[in-house]
Amino acid sequence: MSEPLVQVDGLTRRFDISKPWLNRVLERQSRQFLTANADVSFSIKKGETFALVGESGSGKSTIAKMIVGLLAPSAGHIRFDGQEMDFASGADMRALRRRFQMIFQDPFASLNPRWRVRDIVAEPIVTFGLLQGSEITREVDRLLEVVGLSATDAAKFPHEFSGGQRQRIAIARALSSKPEFIVCDEPTSALDVSVQAQILNLMRDLQDEFGLTYLLISHDLSVVRHMANCIGVLYLGRLVEVADAKRLFLEPQHPYTRMLLDAVPDLALSGRRRKPVLGEIPNPIDPPSGCAFHPRCPMAADICTAETPLPRVTPTGQAACHFAGQVGEVA
Amino acid sequence: MTGGDMQEPLLTVRDLVVEFPMRRGTLRALDQVSFDIAPGEVLGMVGESGAGKSLTGASIIGLLEPPGRIAGGEIRLRGERIDNLPPEAMRRIRGRRIGMVFQDPLTSLNPLYTVAQQLIQTIRTHMDVSEAEARKRAVALLDRVGIPAAARRIDDYPHHFSGGMRQRVVIALALCAEPELVIADEPTTALDVSVQAQIIDVLKEICAERGASVMLITHDMGVIAETADRVAVLYAGRVAEIGPVRDVIQHARHPYTRGLMGAIPTLEQTSDRLVQIPGAMPRLNAIPKGCAFNPRCEQVFERCYSERPSLRQAAPNHQVACWLTEEGSA
Ligand SMILES: Nc1ncnc2c1ncn2[C@@H]1O[C@H](COP(=O)(O)OP(=O)(O)OP(=O)(O)O)[C@@H](O)[C@H]1O
Ligand SMILES: Nc1ncnc2c1ncn2[C@@H]1O[C@H](COP(=O)(O)OP(=O)(O)OP(=O)(O)O)[C@@H](O)[C@H]1O
Ligand code: SF4
Ligand code: SF4
Ligand SMILES: [Mg+2]
Ligand SMILES: [Mg+2]
Repeated sequence: MSEPLVQVDGLTRRFDISKPWLNRVLERQSRQFLTANADVSFSIKKGETFALVGESGSGKSTIAKMIVGLLAPSAGHIRFDGQEMDFASGADMRALRRRFQMIFQDPFASLNPRWRVRDIVAEPIVTFGLLQGSEITREVDRLLEVVGLSATDAAKFPHEFSGGQRQRIAIARALSSKPEFIVCDEPTSALDVSVQAQILNLMRDLQDEFGLTYLLISHDLSVVRHMANCIGVLYLGRLVEVADAKRLFLEPQHPYTRMLLDAVPDLALSGRRRKPVLGEIPNPIDPPSGCAFHPRCPMAADICTAETPLPRVTPTGQAACHFAGQVGEVA
Repeated sequence: MTGGDMQEPLLTVRDLVVEFPMRRGTLRALDQVSFDIAPGEVLGMVGESGAGKSLTGASIIGLLEPPGRIAGGEIRLRGERIDNLPPEAMRRIRGRRIGMVFQDPLTSLNPLYTVAQQLIQTIRTHMDVSEAEARKRAVALLDRVGIPAAARRIDDYPHHFSGGMRQRVVIALALCAEPELVIADEPTTALDVSVQAQIIDVLKEICAERGASVMLITHDMGVIAETADRVAVLYAGRVAEIGPVRDVIQHARHPYTRGLMGAIPTLEQTSDRLVQIPGAMPRLNAIPKGCAFNPRCEQVFERCYSERPSLRQAAPNHQVACWLTEEGSA
């Protein structure tokens, strides 16, 4: 039940964003790199949901793309069910590939508009040669029903569906290769709350039924609170805190986590006051020295500008802060 | 502050109908939308995508895009009709008496001009002040919305600012001619959660300082809960429920509002499943007869299929368009 299905270790990704060579020479500029992820490590247990949260540009999607093999890491390892993922070695990967799938934020962009729903959903089955002929049709019909659509929808095109229905099609497609692990990058951000509730409930039902493991990416802490067993908080490409989902909300250990929690509006009208957040996300090309959060951190001290904090063990998981574990007393 | 009955409303919208004439018949996008906004009040407007929130805002500021047109009802600002004004007169009201903040700050800012040029021009279009005086006001306002080193940053171009900072500039631009009403359409939807809270705070505080009313359009109930005095819930181009924020959130009466509230995951909640409203909002060409919510409503009964419920008083200041309200708790 609880051995890790996915293990990410020291994952790092740099993008070369230098100007063309001639411009660099003329303008006497050196090469420029943007570090989208630095030294990210976490693991996801079988049948559980691990969520990544963080502001725009914090590197959530970049991690997702590396895990599913759409982007090569600059450094670090990804292990799936104990096996090292090396996307360069095509043959080995093929067997692993069908065991995970991805769902994207934008159900409009991720479905080929010229294909019928039948062909969209069947694509992974065909690619991996899982079924033949009429079995494929039967399986597609079944999957459409699993996600709350009907077999008659198979002949339609994506534009004939609403946003929520398209996301259901994307989920049916993701399920068709019988994956164990699904990476969901902002699966409901483009949807209305009523439709979001349908999709989140569906994701949970499917998890219960098929024992699926999810990596859920969202900037919405309430969604994450509802879905995740374990949460990782990203800031400028680094994991600043990893904790048990329930405890993260009760006992945030990192000052940035606390700041994010304080920024969530209070729907329950409980009188919880939001605290104004300081500053904005710095430029990722030229991140602040030491702890990248220090310009916005109410607890920052001299050491924070000089030394990058390493992850420390906390009562709820781990946090990368020189004062981790003391947030409550100092703030 | 709440919309007390004695006070004359700043804005009155009555039975507003907006239609799009199409080749295959006319689409009715807003149908008898009615509400008031009191001076100094923040009215939140929520509803699913396509419910008609933006169209309501666009109708008020006279920016409905053709072929869309107001086909019925009226809109009054301090008692005077503004829905049938000639374009020139409406242009004078826009910016001067009604300010606007949109979701994407780049649609409100011209990339070719510095922030100073845009603010000063807007101020001088609407107010009789010198260039120097306008600049002074502009700097003060930028400072007030939280732009650090405003006196220096004012000469930058919009693309020099981050998304959150741009939206602050847009708020300054919307407020620089001291309007009586600000219409903010999804002002924070494109921004990060941490920055959202800052922007909403600034908007709310400054409007309160200047006594400006706000119509805040958003699909984020959390933002409404913290910011608005009253909230109107739109469904398929109609007002389903309107009332004080606390009443609507804690004692929603319309089955749609209740579903909507239960569908939102919160930090406080502990239950495993979210309330689910079956189905989706109907398209404009397929709005059911009777109550537009009837195919999704768990409490539907015969009358809902044949007669359309209109807004009825359910409690002081709290109106609901549902047959259950009239027969039950009214
Ligand atoms: N192909 C690329 N080339 C250069 N920079 C990139 C590339 N892809 C991503 N980045 C940069 O890497 C950083 C992380 O991007 P990423 O898309 O992972 O963020 P995110 O957390 O998913 O944000 P969002 O919430 O906006 O989706 C950003 O600064 C982004 O600009
Ligand atoms: N130019 C147009 N032609 C035809 N229909 C239109 C046009 N503009 C808007 N509509 C329709 O009017 C309805 C209301 O649109 P509106 O933009 O007001 O929705 P909204 O509540 O602001 O939604 P969102 O949350 O997506 O911004 C929608 O069904 C939309 O499709
Ligand atoms: S290391 Fe310093 S700056 Fe970084 S979060 Fe901790 S206290 Fe704040
Ligand atoms: S009028 Fe009928 S269908 Fe409409 S919300 Fe009320 S009970 Fe439901
Ligand atoms: Mg992303
Ligand atoms: Mg809109």
